[in-house]
Formats: sequence, structure tokens, C-alpha cells
Amino acid sequence: MNAAPLLRARHLEARYGAAQVLFGVDLDLHAGEVVALLGRNGAGKSTTMKAIMGLIEQRSGDISFCGRQISAARPHHIARLGLGYVPEDRRIFSDLTVLENLEVGRRPARLGADGRAMQAWTPERLFALFPNLAEARHRAAGRISGGEQQMLAVARTLMGNPIAILLDEPSEGVAPAIVDQMTDMILALKGAGAAILLAEQNLAFAALVAERAYVLERGEIRFEGAMRQLREDDALRRAYLEF
Amino acid sequence: MTLLAIDNLTKVFGGVRAVDGVSFSLEAGELLAMIGPNGAGKSTCFNMVNGQLAPDSGRIVLAGVDIGGLPPHDIWRRGVGRTFQVAATFSSMKAIENVQMALISRQSRIGRLWKPAARYAREEAQALLRRVGMAEQAERPCGVLAYGDVKRVELAIALAGAPKLLLMDEPTAGMAPGERNALMALTREIAHDSGVGVLFTEHSMDVVFGYADRIIVLARGRLIAQGDPRGVRNDPRVREVYFDARHRVIGASE
Amino acid sequence: MSFSGLTVQLLNGLADASALFLLAAGLSLIFGVTRIVNFAHGSLYMLGAYVAWSLTERLSSVAGFWISMLLAALAVGALGATIELVLLRRMYRAPDLSQLLATFALTLIARDAALYLWGPEDLLGPRAPGLSGSVVILGRLFPQYNLLLIAIGPVVLIALRTLLAQTRWGVLVRAATQDREMVGALGVNQSILFTTVFALGAFLAGLGGALQLPREPASAGIDIAAIGDAFVVVVVGGMGSMPGAFIAALLICEIKALCIALGDWTTPFGLTIAFPHFTLVAEFAVMAVVLVLRPWGLLGRQQETARASAASTAPFTPAGSLTKWGAAIALAAVALLPFLVGGDSYILVLSIDICVGILFAASLHFIMGPGGMHSFGHAAYFGLGAYASALALRRADIPMELALALSPLGGALGALAFGWFCVRLSGVYLSMLTLAFGQIVWSIVYQWDAITGGSNGLIGIWPSARLASKSAYFHLTLALSVAGALLLRRILFSPFGYALRATRDSPLRSGAIGIDVRRIQWAAFIIAGTVCGLAGGLFAFSKGSISPETISVGRSVDGLVMVLLGGVETLSGPIVGAASYIVLQDVISRHMQYWRAALGMFMLLLVMAFPGGIVGALRHRFTRT
Repeated sequence: MNAAPLLRARHLEARYGAAQVLFGVDLDLHAGEVVALLGRNGAGKSTTMKAIMGLIEQRSGDISFCGRQISAARPHHIARLGLGYVPEDRRIFSDLTVLENLEVGRRPARLGADGRAMQAWTPERLFALFPNLAEARHRAAGRISGGEQQMLAVARTLMGNPIAILLDEPSEGVAPAIVDQMTDMILALKGAGAAILLAEQNLAFAALVAERAYVLERGEIRFEGAMRQLREDDALRRAYLEF
Repeated sequence: MTLLAIDNLTKVFGGVRAVDGVSFSLEAGELLAMIGPNGAGKSTCFNMVNGQLAPDSGRIVLAGVDIGGLPPHDIWRRGVGRTFQVAATFSSMKAIENVQMALISRQSRIGRLWKPAARYAREEAQALLRRVGMAEQAERPCGVLAYGDVKRVELAIALAGAPKLLLMDEPTAGMAPGERNALMALTREIAHDSGVGVLFTEHSMDVVFGYADRIIVLARGRLIAQGDPRGVRNDPRVREVYFDARHRVIGASE
Repeated sequence: MSFSGLTVQLLNGLADASALFLLAAGLSLIFGVTRIVNFAHGSLYMLGAYVAWSLTERLSSVAGFWISMLLAALAVGALGATIELVLLRRMYRAPDLSQLLATFALTLIARDAALYLWGPEDLLGPRAPGLSGSVVILGRLFPQYNLLLIAIGPVVLIALRTLLAQTRWGVLVRAATQDREMVGALGVNQSILFTTVFALGAFLAGLGGALQLPREPASAGIDIAAIGDAFVVVVVGGMGSMPGAFIAALLICEIKALCIALGDWTTPFGLTIAFPHFTLVAEFAVMAVVLVLRPWGLLGRQQETARASAASTAPFTPAGSLTKWGAAIALAAVALLPFLVGGDSYILVLSIDICVGILFAASLHFIMGPGGMHSFGHAAYFGLGAYASALALRRADIPMELALALSPLGGALGALAFGWFCVRLSGVYLSMLTLAFGQIVWSIVYQWDAITGGSNGLIGIWPSARLASKSAYFHLTLALSVAGALLLRRILFSPFGYALRATRDSPLRSGAIGIDVRRIQWAAFIIAGTVCGLAGGLFAFSKGSISPETISVGRSVDGLVMVLLGGVETLSGPIVGAASYIVLQDVISRHMQYWRAALGMFMLLLVMAFPGGIVGALRHRFTRT
């Protein structure tokens, strides 16, 4: 791809207190593509996403989004530029109803990266994508199932009409049927032109939706390339993803 | 000799059986790895053995005594040392003072009000730091040490209690690759030389398969397999439930 | 007691509960979203009453009265927004204590501002037009205005609930109360949210103050009483919970009403229990019981652990021989002071105050710095020590030296009892509980006329003949203060002192190496209480009299300021802090009419410019060159 990437991170470092977690991560996300960020637990996938989102105080490196420097920006500025974030632990507002959760995420519609107006997400459109949520719309989010909470976390971020989404392990700990819905959802978003950076441990799931992949191990990028290449390289898979 | 016997251990959080009838045992001098996907119940298991949590049912027998439900400081006195996933040391104290603190506690001298703590058990503390390779940095505060070094100090603190059992929760998390092999090699040496039993969790499979004598596998609160590394690696249930958990998709893609 | 009497008292309780709820709701809302414990909330309440008084003076029509109430609340709301924008916005990432000190500084400034604008007299407002009479309930008179108050509480609760449930703003506030970081990650500008929440909280405080005007006069003293009550309600109800605050206000006010209704009750054995005397203690007793049973309040939930301290503390280093000799020479010089300035000099009086202050601050620092337990009620042990000595001297005719020796015991017994409860909590809840215990002691002393002399206190507490001269008493105070401070220092270097720091640095690790965290913390409370009690005893004999003022919240805060001024993380901090604070207070109060405001300004400057205190700033300067 020759166009300038939508999201670009260079020399990204992050630490929690004394523990350094990221050691110079470089990655690009182009408009309209789904890129997998693979690695085992503790490899630094979530930290990468939080660092991009401005949720880690001790971070350094260059991050730009839509051509703008966001290395020192505050999270709400980054979100308003059109970068959505779905955290691994969902972080839904459990005291609020499903509809209220969506309301927190609501932002006005925006122009897409290509300049044409995007259709704004509404609760009704999202309920069409996630039928389970429609039935639970007036229930407290803390009282719906784990899978529904995961859908809600995604839907809530979509309410901000993001141009690109950081999606942290949506398949984690949810039933296979939900994983299937997640797959459909990601493909639908991709079809609608959204770019997605997908953090995953599950290679098979990632392979269904992503064309490119980075493999993270101990806070460093160890592989960067086509998804197909990763799937065909047993040694690589074994080294970083399986035994 | 069986050092630790876990029998039918169960813990329920708000209706979810985080640990569900888990039984296993650990021999003195053995390195036992506990692995499993996120949410498998590893930390809950650890916290029960260590006394952070009280089990709902089941027994935790250390050297013949049921320690289930005792508070952490009591369990420590019975010979259980622990390192944490995020290293827990006293950041306002020097490395050596951290170890001295544990030695003072072992000698039941915590309540002393007069003689300066710095004069207690200095040599022994220095020896323990030497053992983990931290002798040169003994006088530096833990708050300024590199993370890998903090983890080594933490190991020295745990050893200061002269433990029979060492619990290590992700001992190499946050360490550089070279450091983690050194730490695990040291741990194995300690276990095999001094007959300390080591129970550890770890996400890094090269550490697990490189250092564990035996492995137990948890998934959704239940123990689904145990055995030597080779056996566990080839166990179809492990492959299915752990590595391919929630991976029904694999069938679709392959 | 008659049925009608009980009913009327319970109705009075409902009216009080409404007023209390208005006050507490704003505090709870502000804490829920911003995590700031707003000490100035009582001042906003006080200003609401004053502003309403001024407005009703000008707008004396029937409509004017109600418009005045509303305008007063709006004005206070606007003031709240300004405070948030100008001051607190810079402090969201500051340590809790700096935030608290900043809001306390605001109370000092507000109090002097009220004094300047409205003068020292109590200002009685007009009766509410149309509601100035009484209705007859079960044959007894009941003020009409109280009926209005009874209605206002639930109305405000419902209005708040509606606002929080039905508007986008309310949804965002509730979301931020749960996870403000995530709200930011979804594109919500937290700054605007914080400002508006602060404005609404201030509005409610102002409204509460304004609506009290027909019941009680506006005066400069109502701020501290109000904040004490509001804290209790918020903590009992669960911080951030509106219904919790309402239930807590009801519970407390009805228990008080019941105490009044019960009146004096004579047991079969002839002992008379005066239940009305329990009213002042009732709320704090409720709080202590609730917090021990439900540490996060009735409807509250566990707060995430306080933010990690920005920088880790440096290890303690024993003094080198140079420092030791320097300190010894300085001490010898200070001991010669009476010969230099003369035995009757005011400097001696001030020096005695400084010695007492150092002992007080050092004992507070012991649990605050190395112990990490921020006590807001340290005056309790000071007061218990002072009263133990005074009562021994005056009521039991025990010789002065022996009476003084009882003061540490008084402090220790208090800490033994209160500490047991306090170490079961942590963070802001622990602080609130210490405050509550401080207020309990204050209330008991204030009410127990027969023993403590009530609000008048006790007089004639003078040292024995050989210590009667100023210079002799100065030497005694100096010797005991230095001994006390050195003892605390020695303990901090002992295994116990290390264990105490261990419990602060990492309770997790402490437990895992066999340290019983609560026991160590409890013992630390007792040690601090003992030394603090001695400071109280020395204080009593230096003044010749004591009053409940000795135990007031103001004194507890003085202690906090001394420790923070010097720097929490340094051992010499409390000494430098106490000395400079007392000198400063003395100089300012002698030369300026509005010395409180000046002191408040100074404190604001301090927390903004030197978050690490004087000694911390000096050390920083000389070690990082």
C-alpha cells in the first residue's frame, strides 16, 4: 500500500512503573484494512492499544492518526478524531442500561477518510447487527451475559462513528456463537470502510478477518507480513503463538 | 515426599465456579507449572494456597497440616513463600532492607522498637542477595531498580522465609528474554538443591516446557490434565480445551 | 413520653434529614465523579445562607423571598464552577492530601470573606412568607416551614434522579462515576463534565444553606459543622450514591429525633440516662457502626485503590555524625533561649507552642508518612491527653507532674479504641472515620458539662510551683518534645518502624512475609496517640485552661498542614513544618485582620508550588543539581 497510513506508530514504548512493557513497537494501519496484532498473553497487545489511545501515562514514541500527531493528545481528543477503542476487559458501565451505554459512546457522524459522509450509527442499526442486544436494551449492562457485554462494548464504540477501531480480543472468553457474530460484524465493518486493528491470541479467528498481521512477543514486533504467510509458516507459529 | 496436597478445592464468585473441585499434589524439590487460558482459575488457586482468599470447600494440606483459610501471614509462617505477577517489594527500602525485613519477620522480631533494623541479619540478607545475583545492588532502593532486578529481589525476599513451598505467579512476566532464563535456571537450582517445592504459573511456553518437571492444566476452573511436559503437550484434551479453546472457528478455517 | 411528642420529633427529624440531604448530595456527587473530597462544601453552604440573607434584605416581597433562595443557590453554583476552573482543574492528578489541603484553604478564605462582607454578627433571616406560622399536629404545634423542608428533600432526590437518569449529561455523569477513563476513551471531554458536576454540587450546597436561613441565622461558624455532618452522611450512604445519602440523612436525623423524644430516662436502679445528650454523638456513632459492618457505606461500592503514588519514597538514612552534632548544638542554643530573651518574653510563649506543635506534628507524621494512614482527626488524641491531665488535676487533685504523666495514657487509650476500627479501612474512608472519631470526642467533651465544663472548658490548670516560671516550663516542654520526637525517630528505624513502612509500601508483600498488617497499623496508632497525648498535656499546662476548641477539626487540620508544609516523606519535615506554621500563623494573626484568608492563600500557594513540602523542596534542590 502506498497511501499514507491512517494510523502510524513508531518507536512506541510504554511502561508501568518500573516494568517496561513495550520496546519500540512500529506499526501501520491503512484505511479500510483489518490488521491482526497477534501474540500470547502478556506479549503487550493490550498495552500497545492503550498506549495508542493515550491511556498510559508513561509512553513515548511517535503516533499519528489521519496525519495528526496524537503522541501527547488526551484520550477524548484521540477518540474525537475518529479512533475507536474496545478494551479487552470490555469496561461496560454495568450500572447503566444497554441503551445508556450506547448513549455514552454517541458522537456526531463524520466524514470518512475518503471524504464522503459516513452513515451515522444508531442504536437501531446496531441492534440489527447484534440482535441479542435489542432484547436487552433496557436491562442494566451488568446483568447481561458476557457475550452480550462484549457485543455492547463494540456497539458502544461504533456509536462514536469511528474511522478506525482498536479491537482488543473480542473473542476472549465468549461462546463460539458470539465469536461467529464477531466475525460477521468485523467483516461488515470492513465492508463499510472501517479500518480495524485486532488484537488476538486466536490465529484461526484472526485469519478469517485480517489480511495482514503483526506478531508481538515480549513487547517487540517479531513478525510483520501477510496473514497467509503466517499461517503457512509452522516454525513461526510455534515460536510465538503456540507451544 | 508429598509437600502440598490440594484436594477438591473450590471457590465460587457470584455463582461462577472460578475453581471447581481441583486436586493435585506437589513433591518437595519439584517444579510444577500450572497453565491454562485466561480465566482458568490459576490466580484464584494461588490466592487460596497463599491465604489471600479462603476456599469455599476442599483442603489445602501443606506438609500434613490443613492451611486452607488461614491468613497470609500465618501461612507464610508455615513455610509458604510467594512472588507476585507484578513484583511486590517495599519500594522505599533498599534491596537489602527488603530481605532483612523478611528475615526479621522470620525471627519474630517485628515488634522490636529500639535497635535499628539495619543491624539485624545483615550477613544473611547479603548472602541471599548474592544467591539471586543482586549483591552489588544491595544498597539501592527497590523503587529505582530495573524490573528484572526487582523480581530477583522479590525471590530473595521469598527465600528469606526459608520456605518449603514457593509460589511464583508469572515469575518472568515483564522481564527481558535473557533475564527470564537466568531467573528460571536459578529457581530450578534452588528447588533441586534445597528441596523447595515450586508451584508457578506462566504464559511463556518456552519457560514452562524448558523448566517445569511436571505440568497441570486448568480450564474454566477445572483441572483437565496433568503430567510431564511431553505428555501434556500431546494430550488431545489439552490441545482442544486450552490451545483451541473457543476455537471452534479452527474447524471452519481449516 | 407521649405518642404525639414522638410523632412531632420524628417529623422534625424528617425536616432535618431533608436539609442534611441537600448539603450531602452535592458533596457525594462531586466525589463520585471527580474523586475530590471537597472540604469547602461547608463553606459553599455557609455562603448560600449569607447570600440569601443579603438578597432577602433587598427583595422583601413574597416572590422576592423565593427568588432570593434560588438566586443564592445559583450564585454559589457559579462560584463552584469558578473554583473548579481556576483551582481544582490543576489538581486532579495531585495527591489526595494536596487536594484536601487546597479545599481546606478555600474554607479559610471563605470564612474571612464572609467576615469581611457580612461582619461577625449572626444574621437572622426573615421567616418564609406564607409559611411563618405553625400547624397543629396531634395537638402540638409544628412549624409550617418544616413541612416545606420535609417535601423538598424527596423532591430534590427525585429531581436529581431524573436528571441523572433522563439526560445525556446524567448518563455521562453516571458513567464517569463508574469508569471515568473509559468515558474519556469514548470521546467525552471530562473537563466539562467535572466543571458542571462541581457547579451542580455547589448549587445544592448553596440551596441547602439558603433554605436553612429561616430556621437558623447565617454565621461564620456553620461551615465546619456543616462539612462534618455532610461527610458523615456521604460516607454512611456510600460515596457517590444519591439514594444512599438520602437514606443516611434519614437514619441519622431520625436517630437524633428519637434521642430527643426519649428524653431523660431513669433506670430501675436510679441511674438517669439523658438521651438528648446523645444527639451530637449519634451521627458519628452511626458512621462508625456502618463503616465497620459495611466498609463502603450503605449503598456504596468498593472504590478502586487510590492512584499509585507518583514517585516512590526514598529510603530513610540515619543522620550522619555531622548532622547529629549540628542538631545537638542547635538544641543547646535553643535551651539557652530564656537567658537571651528574658524569662517573660513572648518569644518563650511562642517557643513553647512550637515545641508542643512539633510533638503534635511528629506524632501525626508517624502514622501519615511512614504509616500511609491519613488521619483527619488527630486532635482527638491531643484533646484526650489535655483533658486527662486537666481532669486529674482539677477533679482528682492529683499533683501536676503526675497529672501530666497521665496525658500520654489518655491519648493511648483513645488510639487503642479508635485505631481498632480505623485500620479496618483504608484511603479516604479511613480518613473520614478518623474525622468522625475526632468529632465524637469533641461532642462528648462539649456536652458533658458536669465533668469537662462543657463549652467553657476547664480553667486553673497551671504547672506546679517549681515549673511555674515560663523558662522552667519551656525547658520541660523542650526536653519532653525533643525526647518524644527522638523516640518516634528511633522507632522508625527499628524493625517495627520498617514493618510500618512495609505495610504502606505493599500490604500484599507484607502479608506474604508474615507481617500482620492490621496489628502493625493499630500499634502505630497507639504509639502516635501516646505521643500526641503528651503534646496535649503539655499544651494544657502551658495555657492554664482548655476548652473543646483543643479538639476541634481546625486543630486536626493544623496538624495536617504542619506535616504537609514540612513534607510527608521526610523525617525532619514535621519539625520544620510545625515551627514554620506556628511562627507564620503567629505573625500573620498579629499583623493582619484577615489572617485566615492570608493563611489560606499561603496554603494554596504551597500545594501548587511545593507539592513535596519545604524539606522535600530543599532536598530536591540540593540532591538534583
